[in-house]
Amino acid sequence: MWSRRRTNQQMQVLEAKHPRAIRWFHWVNFPLLALMLWSGLLIYWANDVYRIGLGGFTLFHFFPKWFYGLFNADHRLAEGMAWHFFFMWLFAINGVAYVIYTAVSGEWRYLVPNRNSLREAIQVTLYDLHLSKRHPPRRKFNGAQQIAYTSIVLMGAGSLLTGLAIWKPVQFGWITAALGGYRAVRVEHFLLALGYCAFFLVHIAQVWRAGWNNLRSMITGYEIVTAEEQI
Amino acid sequence: MMPDPQCEIRSRTRRSLLTGAAAALVGGAAWEWLSTRREDDGIQWPLRLALRANEQLTRDYFKPARLTRTFPPSAIESGRVNGDIGIQGPVPADWSLKVAVASDDGNRALQLSLADIQALPKVEQITELKCIEGWTRVLRWGGARFRDFVARHAPDRVDFDEGNDYVGMETPDGKYYVGLDMASAMHPQTLLAYEMNGKPLTQQHGAPLRLVIPLKYGIKNLKRIGKISFGFTRPPDFWGEQGYDWYAGF
Repeated sequence: MWSRRRTNQQMQVLEAKHPRAIRWFHWVNFPLLALMLWSGLLIYWANDVYRIGLGGFTLFHFFPKWFYGLFNADHRLAEGMAWHFFFMWLFAINGVAYVIYTAVSGEWRYLVPNRNSLREAIQVTLYDLHLSKRHPPRRKFNGAQQIAYTSIVLMGAGSLLTGLAIWKPVQFGWITAALGGYRAVRVEHFLLALGYCAFFLVHIAQVWRAGWNNLRSMITGYEIVTAEEQI
Repeated sequence: MMPDPQCEIRSRTRRSLLTGAAAALVGGAAWEWLSTRREDDGIQWPLRLALRANEQLTRDYFKPARLTRTFPPSAIESGRVNGDIGIQGPVPADWSLKVAVASDDGNRALQLSLADIQALPKVEQITELKCIEGWTRVLRWGGARFRDFVARHAPDRVDFDEGNDYVGMETPDGKYYVGLDMASAMHPQTLLAYEMNGKPLTQQHGAPLRLVIPLKYGIKNLKRIGKISFGFTRPPDFWGEQGYDWYAGF
């Protein structure tokens, strides 16, 4: 006999899920990205012209006064730039290290979408919205996750590239030009920032739904799985 | 016998959370330390150090052949006035451009008239003025290249090293002043401008003579230049003393 736990002909085992390096990259990225967004808000405040609207009609202005108040973000342009141009290095280093690690370790195989991912992602979305009863496949990352987690890495690369194009629009003028010019690049950089916020909301909701066992695997690296007993 | 998985995950969770808490503590302490450092020209000194490091990297990578984008006449916009520090009140009737070496006592300053600048080859360029706040304006500028001005009027006892030397400019009342690295000042698109959008500069836009340096944020594009001085040390910079990057260059 090699296990004491045998209830309902099933047993629980500990299964390695997320490597230590990935967990560190993930949790280090969280405060770094938050600081980049916060210092970016301090910078954006100085010329907060973006809005959703048509002609003279404004549906939503980025951002309302109370929003800046919430983050204590007004009249702090110089500070915002200084923090942004400091943390950008740490954000970039962590991101590049993550990509190198996933490439070298082979973890990319779980993350990069394949030709089934889109179909699976639609199925996952329908299931999550209670429109379908077909349970998504049980493996490390389903199609929706593959698409989401790969997109977020590409978005990170996009932020670095658009950021460089805004920061050095003469010495890296060819990047600025390729991305549509200085004004367009600022809009792109801003949209990516909004994208992270949207990702964050969905991510938190999904982690909440998936439960403690799943969240714990991003903390400890291990997940408890219930397996059919083998005799 | 295998360990109980529930028991094992509990101990692993405890260990990981403790590690995480320690890491969060270190991060929090680093943040607290950074935020509370003594200020160096209006910003915590480690951040000032980072701005300086970024500047050095930029200056190492800098190539004068890389030009800022120029636009067709159809893209020209109207000017935007954004502050009047150093240009309050009318242009002094006795205005002249003083050119000096920073280490001199000022008595040896050369005095030039607007006609002296207009006698230099005239250049027109349509470039984008980028305000540090985030807005931009495409404007047509007319004036003389700063490098042509240097070739003709710089004090002859100045022997330039574009990599290491500096130039400072200030308004006649001395209230607004900028410091520039020589390489950026000598860039072919850096102008001493006396026209904007085809007309002589208005007072609000820096009459009679202003700096147009599209390689830098608007804060460096000094209006109503009263004095230009050449030196071997970093000249003071109005916004650079208030938490902004001294270099402020693209």
